[in-house]
Amino acid sequence: MAQARTSGRRYLRAFVSGFFVAVPVTVTALDRFAYVARVEGASMQPSLNPDGSDSDVVLLNRWSVRNFQVQRGDIVSVVSPRNPQQKIIKRVIGLEGDFIRTMGYKNRYVKVPDGHFWIEGDHHGHSLDSNSFGPVSVGLLHGRASHIIWPPHRWQRISPALPPNRGPLEINEDQE
Amino acid sequence: MFRGLLGKTLGFVGYTIQYGCIAHCAFEYIGEFVVCSGPSMEPTIVSHDIVFSERMSRHLYKIQKGDIVIAKSPYDPAMNICKRVIGLEGDKVSTRSDIFTSHTYVPKGHVWLEGDNLRNSTDSRSYGPIPYGLIRGRVCLKLWPPHTFGTLGENPNKQNVKSFKDSD
Repeated sequence: MAQARTSGRRYLRAFVSGFFVAVPVTVTALDRFAYVARVEGASMQPSLNPDGSDSDVVLLNRWSVRNFQVQRGDIVSVVSPRNPQQKIIKRVIGLEGDFIRTMGYKNRYVKVPDGHFWIEGDHHGHSLDSNSFGPVSVGLLHGRASHIIWPPHRWQRISPALPPNRGPLEINEDQE
Repeated sequence: MFRGLLGKTLGFVGYTIQYGCIAHCAFEYIGEFVVCSGPSMEPTIVSHDIVFSERMSRHLYKIQKGDIVIAKSPYDPAMNICKRVIGLEGDKVSTRSDIFTSHTYVPKGHVWLEGDNLRNSTDSRSYGPIPYGLIRGRVCLKLWPPHTFGTLGENPNKQNVKSFKDSD
């Protein structure tokens, strides 16, 4: 009887000490390094979730955005400015200082202010993005989608690419 | 001899990683110490005061009107600002200028911030409401200087904010 009690206590002590190692390390890794998320919705078709039945699972790189550095064409996850409990995944079209020709925004042309960026979903018309709520503050940046990791036939590295005809306008120096 | 040294180094590295992760979880989910600079929150918080800001209210979405919050600046994500929450989403905030008063509704998912020192504060009156996701924590305790230790006071300015939930 005494032997069972001490081995039970020893097991409990090992479990508790293991718990206090595993939980902080996992939480820190998810917050600072990499995050795994399932993509819901059709706003990024055909890049993500090309057929409506199966949802892609992406790997979000949080270490590369620790200094808020993104490039045009990256797919990023952002805290939604409309609902802070939700994260949205969209493509970066313009950075601060860029002139964007908008699609359905209240102004036809927009200059992206300092510390903001312009994000759009690839599936125009089915996407709640900067065309609805305007430029998004870079402080809301959550992570950069680097790989699609599920389903297995869609394993691939996501490379930054601007969709055709979507991007910052080039300003001609010799325009009157 | 080398194996003993290697074992000790690995143990040391393991402990550093473990305590580093516990420190990250504490600063991210419990609270952090902040040194404030600037005149925008006088007389409640003066330059070079040290305050403690807790993170739980932000993660549980329980920031209320009248709270002093630390948030990321909307125009420079590397900079933090310390202001008071004047209005939550749906509230009607009056923006007073020298000549006339106008009203703005705070959009969904945003908050309206103002400093206590209205004459010398760049806040939502210049850059508009900021998204709730930029808020980092709620200032709950002032720690330094010692003669002003304790909880922070109420808003010294009279605010005329009609809440979404008030019924006329």
